[in-house]
Amino acid sequence: MERQILHVDCNKFYASVECSLHPELRDKPVAVGGSEASRHGIVLTKNEIAAAYGLTTGEPLWSARQKCPQLVVVPPDFPTYIRYSGMVRRILQDYTDRVEPFGLDEAWLDLTGCTGDPVATAHEIRERIKEELGITVSIGVSFNKSFAKLGSDYKKPDAVTVFSRENYKELVWPLPASELIYVGRATKRKLAERYIFTIGDIANAEPAMLRALLGKWGGTLYAMANGLDNQPVIPAEQANAVQSVSNGITTPRDLIDDHEVKAVIYMLAESVGRRLREQHFVGRTVEIRLRDASLATRSYQVSLDYYIQSTKDIANEAFALFQKQYNWARPLRSVTVGISALEPDNIPCQLDLMDSDAREKHEKLDKTVDALKARFGDACVRRAVVLEEPELSGLSPYETHTVHPVGFSGKLEN
Amino acid sequence: MNCKTYVEVTAAFSPEGTVIPLTIKWQDGIVYEVDRVLDIRRAAALKAGGCGLRYTCRIRGQQTYLFLDEDRWFVEARKA
Repeated sequence: MERQILHVDCNKFYASVECSLHPELRDKPVAVGGSEASRHGIVLTKNEIAAAYGLTTGEPLWSARQKCPQLVVVPPDFPTYIRYSGMVRRILQDYTDRVEPFGLDEAWLDLTGCTGDPVATAHEIRERIKEELGITVSIGVSFNKSFAKLGSDYKKPDAVTVFSRENYKELVWPLPASELIYVGRATKRKLAERYIFTIGDIANAEPAMLRALLGKWGGTLYAMANGLDNQPVIPAEQANAVQSVSNGITTPRDLIDDHEVKAVIYMLAESVGRRLREQHFVGRTVEIRLRDASLATRSYQVSLDYYIQSTKDIANEAFALFQKQYNWARPLRSVTVGISALEPDNIPCQLDLMDSDAREKHEKLDKTVDALKARFGDACVRRAVVLEEPELSGLSPYETHTVHPVGFSGKLEN
Repeated sequence: MNCKTYVEVTAAFSPEGTVIPLTIKWQDGIVYEVDRVLDIRRAAALKAGGCGLRYTCRIRGQQTYLFLDEDRWFVEARKA
């Protein structure tokens, strides 16, 4: 049976929610942006009016203000966005239980086998979200996930686009290759070197050449461009939801030595460890991501022979990795600590004959600290190393962390 | 100019879980009786901002929207 897939994309989600909550903002250019004092001053999203001034996502607020002096900057309110995201999802779940969320503001629906015309359903969903929540969505309807996603981008806001087997060559193929999910900057450049500019060019290229150029992703892109993408819509409950846990922070000022980095790594590891323990995982690949003052980002990872969970282990591995890899060519602007290759924490493991007492002690210590933090807040117990740099580490990554989608375009670049 | 005003409401909770507002206490302390609920649906409060369960109520012959947003009630108040 031909699949019926919808991709629902909330248009300019954060800005739309702010405008829906604050009608007085509706006819003004609005950007949702972080605090400039703590150096998070970039545009996260903007409404249509601000977009008309040429503001781009990720642009610093000072530059956005130069383009648009009357810009209203609203600080982000993630709990509210999460609440709205939940309300959108509840509407989607009225139509099918096969809803795969992608970040807060996008989701795929599989309507295969459902009664009714999928295009009519798409319009009904669009109308309902607008009526009930006061925000707009654009929806792509197609026979696979990647075309459905292209459809939701094709016409917006507040629109429905259908890519069928009959019209996809005419409508999808002229689109630039970079519109395709998985094609990021580096892939786009590599393709352009072979005179591949549009999705149609990918579809008509030699699959063997694409594979030689891009590795296994070459085959994936070829299949997607030809409408052969057969990835299923995986409901959130079934998906292996957590594949990695990480926390990162842009510090209020640049970090200049190992000492400061150690404090920040410990603070981040504390949150990563706590989230890992709450979800009953252990992991064995530790990753650090460093962004220096010139905004160049590098990431390093190390895979261990054993699983770890305690804050101390995560912090020590991350810091050792840092010392091994970073040569302090430039001061650091932001640091991220993550752990992946996760397994449930009841997985059998080899105990160290000499050291198992110490391990048990650390586990107990972590458990106690977690319980105290859950009751009295993140700041109630802290490590001494963190107290040495109060201005860098007086932040609470655990309490402010939010879930972001996996970096789709980032995957090919690394 | 309209704005969002949270109000005190007394409501009846049916055994089926339906909630029907009976009276609204205005800011000035006057209690208005809800004569009739004409419609209940989820809707965005376009004038006041936000969204919730929207009750279209008739109060003293006038039709008014009353919103239930999680556990707070608000109306779209008119301001001079």
